[in-house]
Amino acid sequence: MSRRTVAALSRSLAQGEFSSTELTRDYLDRIKKFNGVFNAYITVTEELALAQAAAADQRRARGEHGPLTGIPLAHKDIFCMRDVLTTCGSKMLANFISPYDATVVERFNAAGTVTLGKTNMDEFAMGSSNETSFFGAVRNPWDTERVPGGSSGGSAAAVAADLCAMATGTDTGGSIRQPAAFCGITGFKPSYGRISRWGMIAFASSLDQAGPICKSAEDAALMMNVMAGPDIKDSTCVDMAAPDYMATLNDSLKGLRIGVPRQHLAKGLGAEVESALQEALKLYESLGATVHEVDLPNSHLSVSAYYVIAPAEASANLSRFDGVRYGYRCENPVNLEDMYKRTRSEGFGSEVKRRIMVGTYALSAGFYDAYYLKAQQIRRLIKNDFDNAFKDVDVIIGPTTPHTAFKIGEKNDDPVTMYLEDIYTIAVNLAGLPGMSIPAGMHNGLPIGIQLVGKDFDEARLLNIAHQYQQNTDWHLQRPEV
Amino acid sequence: MALEKSDVEKIAHLARLHIDATEAQEVTNRISSILNMIDQMQSVETHNVAPLAHPFDAVQRLRPDVVTETNQREYLQKIAPATQDGLYLVPKVIE
Repeated sequence: MSRRTVAALSRSLAQGEFSSTELTRDYLDRIKKFNGVFNAYITVTEELALAQAAAADQRRARGEHGPLTGIPLAHKDIFCMRDVLTTCGSKMLANFISPYDATVVERFNAAGTVTLGKTNMDEFAMGSSNETSFFGAVRNPWDTERVPGGSSGGSAAAVAADLCAMATGTDTGGSIRQPAAFCGITGFKPSYGRISRWGMIAFASSLDQAGPICKSAEDAALMMNVMAGPDIKDSTCVDMAAPDYMATLNDSLKGLRIGVPRQHLAKGLGAEVESALQEALKLYESLGATVHEVDLPNSHLSVSAYYVIAPAEASANLSRFDGVRYGYRCENPVNLEDMYKRTRSEGFGSEVKRRIMVGTYALSAGFYDAYYLKAQQIRRLIKNDFDNAFKDVDVIIGPTTPHTAFKIGEKNDDPVTMYLEDIYTIAVNLAGLPGMSIPAGMHNGLPIGIQLVGKDFDEARLLNIAHQYQQNTDWHLQRPEV
Repeated sequence: MALEKSDVEKIAHLARLHIDATEAQEVTNRISSILNMIDQMQSVETHNVAPLAHPFDAVQRLRPDVVTETNQREYLQKIAPATQDGLYLVPKVIE
């Protein structure tokens, strides 16, 4: 039953080949059998899943279903789920039972999906390897010695190992696309503002965006049809109706102009990734597209600017964790300041504390212009680069990551080494554009991802371009032996 | 730019974090290394560039000023570390 795409599962459910209850039990069995190996889930909501599956089967029997009714999914543990543990991968929230649902959760519930549980992640989404989680590292289903990427590493590993049919993720600097590339699956980050951030625990509010982690562009379109669209509870969620993302998947690519950033083919890109990228471009040419070189001259500054803006926003957002209203509180505080300091020092891990301190420093008196203002100016230059490039092309295609998944522990000596892992993805968040990673090859048994970047709110086109690739290749169907 | 241990102690206090004396040097080194990487930004002239605070230039949407949520204080306080009479308890602030 499992090991199929959501689109295929949906057809089987519609034809009565099996029920959602049977499918859900199958996934719960797989989780019991394999989660110990991959550590993809922090919480498994078995009782809830079986109740939702039974309700989904009744909905189908009444003919009141949508395409995702009865499909088992997992939510990244950054999404608040009413009456369910929501940890954000942190000791700070290791006891936090959310009193409300995130809009994303609410919308999937309304669509009749089945929630299998909450997936592991880098603490507060700060990481590119899933090693900063308070609940332990996640292991890559292709090679358990390697990281699944991060921060949505649990969601990516769960989809790749088929411990859920689809999963939600969030992406602040690459946290959907990079793990999707490392795990050989499809990850989609919509434009900033396309999906509500209500109930999604904030890391960097001008960059954070939710999106699908799944097995194909078609599955991403099915998920986007549920997730996207305005929300009165999030004023940064754009007031623009989302299109039907399924409607344009089969549009022709004849005349499509693809831009390849010259800067992304420069030093630092692994030969295996470059050759997978070139193969993909050849395929697109055979489908009627033309390939052009484009310039993103400031792209080398994106990591620097990001590591001012994201920590600055994080230092403000994470000030709410003070031990007063919810979450962790230290034992026997002697006074209020002691309570704040010990609660935060004991509740946050070292990477989170580092980023809070970098952000605090960048925003502190006397340094604001040199850091925060400067980073915002660079952010403008980066956005201008994309605007200029998109005058001549419809989509930008390049690598998602410089190389395939690295080993657990390999990049922990210096935080900067880890930060540079997101060199191709970060600029897309700074510019607020939609981006996705799709599998485009294998090297030494590990998946390679390529990144597609679209114009503002042009998600439908991006999904169409990815879907056409997947109609003509089978990299997205490769699965690890699990 | 290289930081001194005393700088890091000051930043930690501003962020209401406590840094152990045993880890202060390592934290200082790692934050200095991050700041060095960030300083790459200074190589670019941005004198006349307007800062971009947000991916799109949008204005705050407003809604009518009417009550849309009911009071859920008891429900929301169930997860608090310490409450009494509907209030959150913290260590004594005024002696």
